[in-house]
Amino acid sequence: MLAISNLDKSFHLFQQNNTHISVLRGAELHVEGGECVALTGPSGCGKSSLMRMIYGNYRAAGGAIMIDGTDMVTASPREIMALRRTTIGYVSQFLRVLPRIPTLRVVAEPFIRAGGDGAEAESRARDLLARLHIPETLWSLSPLTFSGGEQQRVNIARGFVHPYPVLLLDEPTASLDAANRATVLQLIVEAKQRGAALVGIFHDAEVRDAVADRVIDVSQFAEAGQ
Amino acid sequence: MTELLRVSGLAKYYGSQIGCADISFDLYPGEVLGIVGESGSGKTTLLRSLAGQLTPDAGSAHLTLRSGEVRDTIAMDEADRRHLARTDWAYVHQNARDGLRMSISAGGNIGERLMAVGNRHYGNIRETATKWLERVEIDPTRIDDRPSTFSGGMQQRLQIARNLVTAPRLVFMDEPTGGLDVSVQARLLDLLRGLVAELGLAVIIVTHDLAVVRMLADRMMVMRRGHVVEAGLADQVLDDPSHEYTQLLVSSVLQV
Repeated sequence: MLAISNLDKSFHLFQQNNTHISVLRGAELHVEGGECVALTGPSGCGKSSLMRMIYGNYRAAGGAIMIDGTDMVTASPREIMALRRTTIGYVSQFLRVLPRIPTLRVVAEPFIRAGGDGAEAESRARDLLARLHIPETLWSLSPLTFSGGEQQRVNIARGFVHPYPVLLLDEPTASLDAANRATVLQLIVEAKQRGAALVGIFHDAEVRDAVADRVIDVSQFAEAGQ
Repeated sequence: MTELLRVSGLAKYYGSQIGCADISFDLYPGEVLGIVGESGSGKTTLLRSLAGQLTPDAGSAHLTLRSGEVRDTIAMDEADRRHLARTDWAYVHQNARDGLRMSISAGGNIGERLMAVGNRHYGNIRETATKWLERVEIDPTRIDDRPSTFSGGMQQRLQIARNLVTAPRLVFMDEPTGGLDVSVQARLLDLLRGLVAELGLAVIIVTHDLAVVRMLADRMMVMRRGHVVEAGLADQVLDDPSHEYTQLLVSSVLQV
């Protein structure tokens, strides 16, 4: 489902004394449908950069990221936009939405953008918000007024509302209480059962052991450059 | 899906000065393209050249018409271009006063564009104007008031209603949130995003505000001294800028 080969990433920072930073060199990663791979390694080793490249948010310096027949490294913006609508989901650590839009709409939106029916989108959004213990009285409000933990759960609901074949999870359980963590674990298990390929960063070892089929230490790809 | 607009090698000079040069890009229906750059970078020159307000010195801009016919809007004659400006195109000015007629009522401002494309039935025009006022969140009881009695945010929303009432396919926007309070900007952006999604508009939006690009644009072009120095997915250019100038622009934004 997801095949990364010989991937390079470096940054050239013109504003900071022309510094050249090599982050990844020759990174390899293959994830099958129904499989969850956890990325590990010390802070700064390139885990988030790798995830962002898979999503097309960062540009690779070389190599290939094949998703559903498209190479994200060379794909046009339009192709990446189309893949993001239907194929790749990304649960980041921060919720980024326009003010004023009610939570229920924020959560339902990705399902509609993927071509789904509006009524079904709303019922899926309701179900996820309830499972993630967001009180129904808040659903008509903008999530920007919520606490950090609530925003994170809205972000998770938004990431799981459409059944993406490839799903990227950046610390989905950080700062969640036990009940919500259990819900997220269950959502990940359900995604694997329907055949999704998952890549995640989980600092919580308990969560990682519960969901990951394999662990990849990203720092192995950094050594060559440092 | 075929592209709505294909721009190739567009250039506009002011004497020996470059306004903009070597501009090429595609735009598809439903896509929002942000153009950023500092004052004098050529972004407004480019927008006005594309919208038929300036005559470019080189290049082509092929537009796919509703009929499926493809025409170069730069080579076509002035009458055809004026027809486009009333039908398929819309132009939202930075200053709402430039895009509105301040001496006629809010309803008249919306109705005027409908009449320009052949609508004559007073009742229908007034009904459509009322609907559009509601759509852009202006109290419909203000329909007979002149825009000079409106706040800046309301004037800008009225200008948008006037532009979108005839269902254009390509909308040019020049700093639509410039000069508005921050709270008013957010409301306008939210409204614009909703209308763009609902109507499937293609939009070219010129701004110096990177937050506007982040919230509205799918793709962006960064201009400097008349040239495009970097282009790509909006979030990719903002989060992983590769050109020296783009890095300077992105790192100059104050974090709040």
